[in-house]
Amino acid sequence: MSIDRDEIEISLKARCEAIRKVSIEVNMKNENLYNYILGIADNSLILGQRMGELCGHGPTLETDIACTNISLDLFGQVRSYFQYASKIAGDGRTEDDIAMLRKEREYINVLLVEQPNTDFAYTMARQFLFDVYHLAFLVELQKSADLTLSAIASKSIKEVSYHERFSSDWVKRLGDGTEESNTKMQEAIDALWTYTDELFHQTEADKAMVAEGIGVDVTKLKDSYYRHVSELLEEATLQVPESKYFQKGGKEGIHTEHLGYMLAELQYMQRTYPNMEW
Amino acid sequence: MTTTEQDIDKKLIPILEGVSDPEIPVLSIMDMGVVRSAVIKDNTVKVQITPTYSGCPAMDVIGDDIKAALKEAEYNSEIELILHPAWTTDWITPRGRKALEEYGIAAPLDAEADKDVLLNGKRIVKCTNCGSQNTRLVSQFGSTACKAQFQCEDCQEPFDYFKCLK
Ligand SMILES: [Zn+2]
Repeated sequence: MSIDRDEIEISLKARCEAIRKVSIEVNMKNENLYNYILGIADNSLILGQRMGELCGHGPTLETDIACTNISLDLFGQVRSYFQYASKIAGDGRTEDDIAMLRKEREYINVLLVEQPNTDFAYTMARQFLFDVYHLAFLVELQKSADLTLSAIASKSIKEVSYHERFSSDWVKRLGDGTEESNTKMQEAIDALWTYTDELFHQTEADKAMVAEGIGVDVTKLKDSYYRHVSELLEEATLQVPESKYFQKGGKEGIHTEHLGYMLAELQYMQRTYPNMEW
Repeated sequence: MTTTEQDIDKKLIPILEGVSDPEIPVLSIMDMGVVRSAVIKDNTVKVQITPTYSGCPAMDVIGDDIKAALKEAEYNSEIELILHPAWTTDWITPRGRKALEEYGIAAPLDAEADKDVLLNGKRIVKCTNCGSQNTRLVSQFGSTACKAQFQCEDCQEPFDYFKCLK
C-alpha cells in the first residue's frame, strides 16, 4: 500500500483549519461572555462605590448603615462576577485587576449609577431607578443557560429585593412627605430620568449572549419597568417625567465627567500599592 | 430543602460544630447551615461552604477557621465556596434559632411575615429581652447585611432581627 503524501498534507491542512475555526469561535464566545459579565458587574461596582461613599456621611446612623450594607451586597456580587470573568479571560488577570486596573473607557456601566450623591433624595432616586431594573434583570438571569451566572443571580436576587424595598420606601416617604422633601425627590427623579432608557440598550455582547440563551434580553424588560416605576411615583404623589430625551454612552465606555473622579478614588490603592488583594 | 440533604461525614460533625460564625459567636457554622458537604478522601477533607450573603466578610474567616479546626484533628483540607443552591434562612437549625434568640437576635420569620414586618410595619417580631411583640422597625439594615434593627416599645431594648432570606 502506498501513501499519498499530498493527500495526507491536504487532510492535515483541513484539520488544522477546522481546529483554528473552532478556537476562533470559542475565543469569540468567551470574549462576548467576558464583556457580558463586565456589563453586569460594572453597574454594581460603580453603584457600590457610590453607596460606599456615604460611609460615615449618611443623614442618620440607620440610613448610613443601610447604604453601606447595600454597598457591601453589591461588592459581594461584583466579586462573584469578576472571579468568573477572570476564569473566562484565562490570561492571569485577577478579579482585582479587572475591577481596579481598567481605564475609564473600559468601564461599561450605565450612566445612571455613576451620578453623584447630590443629596439624599437624589441618592435614593438613583438607587430606586436602578433597583427596579436590577431586580427584573436578575429574575431573568436566573434562567440563564450559563450555570454560574444563574447561580449568582439566584444568590443576588434575595439581597436586591431588600434594596428595592428600601429605596422604594424612601421614594414614597420623601415624595409623600413635606413640601420640601417632595420638591427634592421630584427634582431628583426629573434629573435622573434621562439616564433610565440606557438600561434597555443592547451591546454587541448582549445580543450575542441573548442568542446563546445566556444573556437577558433587556429590551423586553422596558415596558414593565416604566409601568412599575410610574405606579410607584404616583403612589409617592410625584409626577412621572414626560421628557423623551435620554442620555446614553456608558455601555460603550463613554461616560459623564463623574466617573473619572470616582475611578481616581476607587483605583488609588491598587495603583499606589500594586497587587493588593480585596 | 432541609439540612439532611447535606453530605457530611459523621466523623467530621463534632469538629465542624466547634467552628463558630465569627460575627455571631454563639452559632456554630453547622447550625447556621453554611456547610453544604464535607467528605474525607485520602486523609484530605473536602468542604463545601456557601455564603449567607454575597458580600459576607465572614466567609474568608470561616474557611480559615474550618481549616485550622481540621488541622488540629490531623486532616488536610480544601475549602470550596459554592453559590448554588443559594443559602436560605430555612437552613438555620432549630438549635441555631434558639442560640440566636438567647444571644439577643430575633430569629427569622417566614417570608410572608418578614414582608409584613419590614414593609408594612406589622408588629410581630418578638423582643429578645421581654418577649413583647410591641416592637418597631428602626432600620431594614442592621449591624451586618443579614440583620435589621428593631426596638421594643415596652422595655425599650434595641435588638437585631435576622432577616428572612428565601
Ligand atoms: Zn422588650
